[in-house]
Amino acid sequence: MDVLLNNLDIFVEGFKNTIILFVVSAVLALVLGTIVGAMRVSPVPVMRAVGTFYVNLVRNTPLTLLMFFFAFGYPKLQLGNLSFTTLAIIALSLYTATYVAEVLRSGFNTVPVGQAEAARAIGLSFGPTMSLVILPQAFRAVIPPMMSVFIALLKNTTVAAGFSVAEAGTIRSYLAERGEPAIIVLLWVAAIFIVLVSILSVIQRRLEVRWRVAR
Amino acid sequence: MHKKTPFVAALAAAALVLTGCAGGSDTADDSGDVSNDLFEIASNVDLEGSPTYDKMVEQGKIIIGVKEDQPGLGYLDAATGERTGFDIEIARWIAASLGFGEDEIEFKAIPSANRESAIVNGDIDIYVGTYSITDKRKEQIDFAGPYFVTGQGILVAADNTDIESEEDLAGKTVCSATGSTPIQNIKANFPDTKTTEFDTYSQCVEALNDGQVDAVTTDQAILIGYAAQDPDNLKVVGETFTVEEYGVGLPKGDTALRTFINDLFTDGGDVWQGIYDETLGVSGTDVEQPEVNNY
Repeated sequence: MDVLLNNLDIFVEGFKNTIILFVVSAVLALVLGTIVGAMRVSPVPVMRAVGTFYVNLVRNTPLTLLMFFFAFGYPKLQLGNLSFTTLAIIALSLYTATYVAEVLRSGFNTVPVGQAEAARAIGLSFGPTMSLVILPQAFRAVIPPMMSVFIALLKNTTVAAGFSVAEAGTIRSYLAERGEPAIIVLLWVAAIFIVLVSILSVIQRRLEVRWRVAR
Repeated sequence: MHKKTPFVAALAAAALVLTGCAGGSDTADDSGDVSNDLFEIASNVDLEGSPTYDKMVEQGKIIIGVKEDQPGLGYLDAATGERTGFDIEIARWIAASLGFGEDEIEFKAIPSANRESAIVNGDIDIYVGTYSITDKRKEQIDFAGPYFVTGQGILVAADNTDIESEEDLAGKTVCSATGSTPIQNIKANFPDTKTTEFDTYSQCVEALNDGQVDAVTTDQAILIGYAAQDPDNLKVVGETFTVEEYGVGLPKGDTALRTFINDLFTDGGDVWQGIYDETLGVSGTDVEQPEVNNY
């Protein structure tokens, strides 16, 4: 307990940044992932190709490499100054969006084909068919895997520690310099992560119960 | 779909080349010996009551934790597999005085954040690598020494005229290793200074060369090593503004071994000077050996 209380400044700062990274990246990834997911099932071949290319390229790149590119490659392009936190959020969002898109695509498959045909029959074009008929059902069907993607995102935020973003992943190096025993520090970090993930799990249970699709 | 095939192939080829290079360095021959003329391998070592020494004898070798990315102090040349630097030679000296030759030393690179746990867990027998003696660390391990005294310094680009000492850091961006004591010091005592943190000092030096940061800060001895390696682009400015005493990390409670190494440092002033002159001293700086603190 002493390790936690004596170094509360580092723990609070670290997990505050972890939560900021997580929330902002989650929102961006959800928006981008939904767009890409819709592109992958759109009737326009070019959009399908772009969506497929993006998902396969980014999803197959290790997150560390993606972070490395944004932290060390981006500044060399001289496109304007972005903080390392912003760059980390961009990398995390781009990376997580591919998983969101793929989870959503599996959700589309749960929506009976008749639904899309009925929507077209009453004269809806692709946009309204997606947003009014298919996406709401698809989202409700994929809550558990979607939440797994976000739990993975929460843990992936620690990768940013190597790139000048002081979040939970840096706590250990800070406290090692203060001479705290590494194992106890790691146990505390793990315990706090378990609490955060539990919160996400509770949200998942709530959404599952409330949004269950009756078939 | 078929448009992306050449691109994927190119990526795969790049990955192969990268892993190929990394694998190649492993086969490099490890036969570096720089200063073996300075000291001899002891034959009749008499060290009673040291559990660490008993363990070394039992395993037939001494396992020494070191750094490998600090030129002049603890550096591993990836091409030749040769380890060089002041800390490395100090480590070889200690090993020799305990009766272990070059082929009976196993060097292990341990990052700063893992040093205490590596000693506590017995992964290494001793640690020699820019290891500052602090009271907090003494709660977990013991220190022999100090064998070197330095302090926080500043490294800037060779053509930089804005920064001449730590007084000029306000409004500048300073880089150091993630969570290191120097960066914690900057955050606490220089609130107007922006900070950037990477895993290793080498990444900071790269960021400095790219102009992403204005200065790199850590122990001056480490910075002198980088400046000596690349004097055209880098220079060390100002005086040290903290005091760091480097010690040899040992398992806690091994008083016999600690006393043995302290005596070695105290009696071996000539060897110390010889090691210094061949490594850090090449940069032209002149330093005296600090007195050991046999607590």
